[in-house]
Amino acid sequence: MSTTTATPSTAPISTPAALSKETYKGRIHPDWCPGCGDFSVIAALQAALFELGLKPHQVLVVSGIGCSSNLPGYMNTYGMHTLHGRSLAVATGAKLGNHELKVICTGGDGDGYGIGCNHFVHSMRRNVDLTYIVMDNQIYGLTTGQVSPTSVKGMKTKSTPNGNVENPINPIPMAIVGGATYVARAFSGKQKHMIEIFKGAIQHKGFALVDVFSPCVTYNKDNTYQWFNPRVKILEEQGHDPTDFHKAIDRGYQWGDEIPIGLFWKRTELPALEDLEPVLHDGQGPLAWRKLGLSSEQAKVLVEELL
Amino acid sequence: MATVDFAVGIGGENGQGIASTGDILARIFARRGLHLNAYNAYQSIIRGGHTFLTVRASDGPVRSMGDKIDVFIPLNQDTMDRHLHLLEAGACAIYDRDKIKPGAAAAGVQLCPMPMKELAKGNPLAANTAALGATLQLLGIEAEPLEAVVSRQFKKKGDAAVAQNIAIARAGYEYAAQNFKAFPWRAPRGPKPLGVVTGNQATALGGAAAGVKFYAAYPMSPSTGVLMWMASHARQLGIMVRQVEDEIGVMNMVIGAASTGCRAMCATSGGGFALMSEAIGMGGMIEVPLVCVDVQRAGPATGVPTKTEQGDLWQVLGAGQGDYPRIIVAPANQLDLFRTIPELFNICDKYQCPGLVLSDLLISEGTASVDPAELDFNVRIERGELILADGNGAAAEPFSGYNNGAYLRFKNTESGISPRAVPGVPGHIFVAATDEHDEDGTLISDEFTNPHKRRMMVEKRARKMQGAILELAPPKLVGPESATVTLVGWGSTEGVIREAVEKLAGEEGIVASQLHIKWIVPLHAAEIARILARSRNVIVVENNYSGQFARYLRSETGIEAHGHIRKYDGEPFMPHHIVASVKAQLAGETRLSVPVHEVIA
Repeated sequence: MSTTTATPSTAPISTPAALSKETYKGRIHPDWCPGCGDFSVIAALQAALFELGLKPHQVLVVSGIGCSSNLPGYMNTYGMHTLHGRSLAVATGAKLGNHELKVICTGGDGDGYGIGCNHFVHSMRRNVDLTYIVMDNQIYGLTTGQVSPTSVKGMKTKSTPNGNVENPINPIPMAIVGGATYVARAFSGKQKHMIEIFKGAIQHKGFALVDVFSPCVTYNKDNTYQWFNPRVKILEEQGHDPTDFHKAIDRGYQWGDEIPIGLFWKRTELPALEDLEPVLHDGQGPLAWRKLGLSSEQAKVLVEELL
Repeated sequence: MATVDFAVGIGGENGQGIASTGDILARIFARRGLHLNAYNAYQSIIRGGHTFLTVRASDGPVRSMGDKIDVFIPLNQDTMDRHLHLLEAGACAIYDRDKIKPGAAAAGVQLCPMPMKELAKGNPLAANTAALGATLQLLGIEAEPLEAVVSRQFKKKGDAAVAQNIAIARAGYEYAAQNFKAFPWRAPRGPKPLGVVTGNQATALGGAAAGVKFYAAYPMSPSTGVLMWMASHARQLGIMVRQVEDEIGVMNMVIGAASTGCRAMCATSGGGFALMSEAIGMGGMIEVPLVCVDVQRAGPATGVPTKTEQGDLWQVLGAGQGDYPRIIVAPANQLDLFRTIPELFNICDKYQCPGLVLSDLLISEGTASVDPAELDFNVRIERGELILADGNGAAAEPFSGYNNGAYLRFKNTESGISPRAVPGVPGHIFVAATDEHDEDGTLISDEFTNPHKRRMMVEKRARKMQGAILELAPPKLVGPESATVTLVGWGSTEGVIREAVEKLAGEEGIVASQLHIKWIVPLHAAEIARILARSRNVIVVENNYSGQFARYLRSETGIEAHGHIRKYDGEPFMPHHIVASVKAQLAGETRLSVPVHEVIA
């Protein structure tokens, strides 16, 4: 057997450049509308990565399709800008292929809770070690303003000109019962809080959802900064216990004059998917960098099965 | 040359142990050194229905299920009624004299009624085992190998079950010795013991040999055998195996794993492949190598889940929107599947594109004998211009790459191949985007949707296929250029067409040649056109309704076949179907033959 690649070593990188917040910024400036909530999200994510000291080449940001899914292109980390709704499936494969990467998924409410909802549910029950940041603006922005799975009942959009008659998905209780082990919400108007929530999510071992109210200033005239500002209440300031399952569900359902943001639910006793796969724990490092091909002993066993 | 060529057919309801009886027979024949081909025509139900398994063996090459049955074992009346009329003089039928009544049989067919209740010692499921013993007796095979193989087959059920089944088989063996006439020939012996392998096993074995580290699937007949093999060998071979929520997730997960540098693979059938289509295009766009096997079954929609067809050619040709480079290959048989998978991985790694394999139920669930010496696991592994950590991926500025232009993931090169780093490698940061992107990965829509850049990137990706075709063996004509007729096929029909060519020569005095196409995309169109331009009579043989390959051949070469032989009833071709159709077409009776599968409906 021959291979054109050398065997990886575990030697540390010789002289890593000094990290700063700027390190995480990509060459391209985001093309979001001025005032878009996603500017706050990307800044918070870059700050969180910096504060955690994660090296850009060891971070993979995976997105789907939509305004917010353009985010990886504005980062200076490895990135994948995949298909509409598929970021979690791609990210799961990437995480299992190289479980030493820190894998973060970003996208919007349509991408994650609409077209990608099947992968969302199954990623949660698998408790795969991913951080999933959903920039939830309750509208389809890139397609110029149609109803989304989180648009509230009655909302008028270009595809519901007489008002939305359907009920929205509430991602917080859905994630709690779905098996996510870190479930939080943030708001683009509260960036410092969001940084802390992101840091907690990234450090969490298991599936972490952060649903972010990230207002669309162009197409959603209902759920604006002005609408959210007086309503959002920070759970951490209210003494909420994120290990209390039923209280977490109750607070997750709260909507109206007071809308909680912060960490609803967290459990740490469940192993992540990667912990449960012996193949990743035989001391050979990431699957991606292993030597290919079978030993003659392995081949012999396989042939004997056929005889 | 074969001295003896014989077949055993066992039929009954699903749940009567037909598959395990077939496995036992196949293993006994293979251990005897005989070549074999086994095909189980079954139904999509767990109990009941009609299942008919054919095991054909010979000391010469066996390339299909053949045309005739020598030993017929109907386990119920329905099977007797459907098949007895097809037996020819010299064949025998072994059945339970208390439960099954034979109808009219051709002269010279030996009826072998057996007291199954008595022989099976009250075990209602063991009639097949007694019949198995009788079969070996009639074939002149010693009883000893039976015991070893029965022990292997039943060992999971415990010592008592093994002992009981051996006793029943022996009782059947002895009963036949006293009451029936053995064949005038004996099952021959080959020079050395052979193994048995299904196409799904061969596919998985090929993946393992190629160094697959990630396998994902959603169960779908007839591809599930690959998943089961991978799952049962995952830990011993260090393969991550995932059963995913749907085939969309499967392909996206495979691409995620492949993006990190793993060799990643999946198998499905037509319906699952349809769900994967968009993501396969992503593989083309972000230039990630992967291998996906479409094990075709009769479509459309749910179709006939347990029946074979070559009906997905155009689906696979058209998978995904837009133009993108990919390799499409249709292996001919089980051994070819095993050898093709590692070869395809090398090509896909080198050209950084998806590789799509067209298998089908006939070869994936069909069993063939295999010479262990031909299963070379020490395969060539070539990964192309791959940059792995600390391979050639070390960098003084580990966070550079994209921002400072130090690395262009999608560099516009003459070959179209851009050196490929993977996440985690220092100094090569990039974003892989499904939007059209520039050489450094920037979305062209992020700046100015530059038509010149768009054209450059489309052409860069497309150029890869100019190199790829040079890696693929061109098809070769088997038989004389002056042949009266040239039979063209693709994929799993290679063996049956070869046997038809031999029969045409041996029994009909018709000189036929065969042109079999394995590599579908890129296609050696010029070479195919050169060969077929000299053919006097081109007949395309394929297992579908609309002549999918004939249409593809015409679109790529301009060659219009003179005739067509098509079958789309769910069952595979038998050699005589092709022979009779060729004769009819040479006689000018028709240009389109659709052979009838001769079982009483």
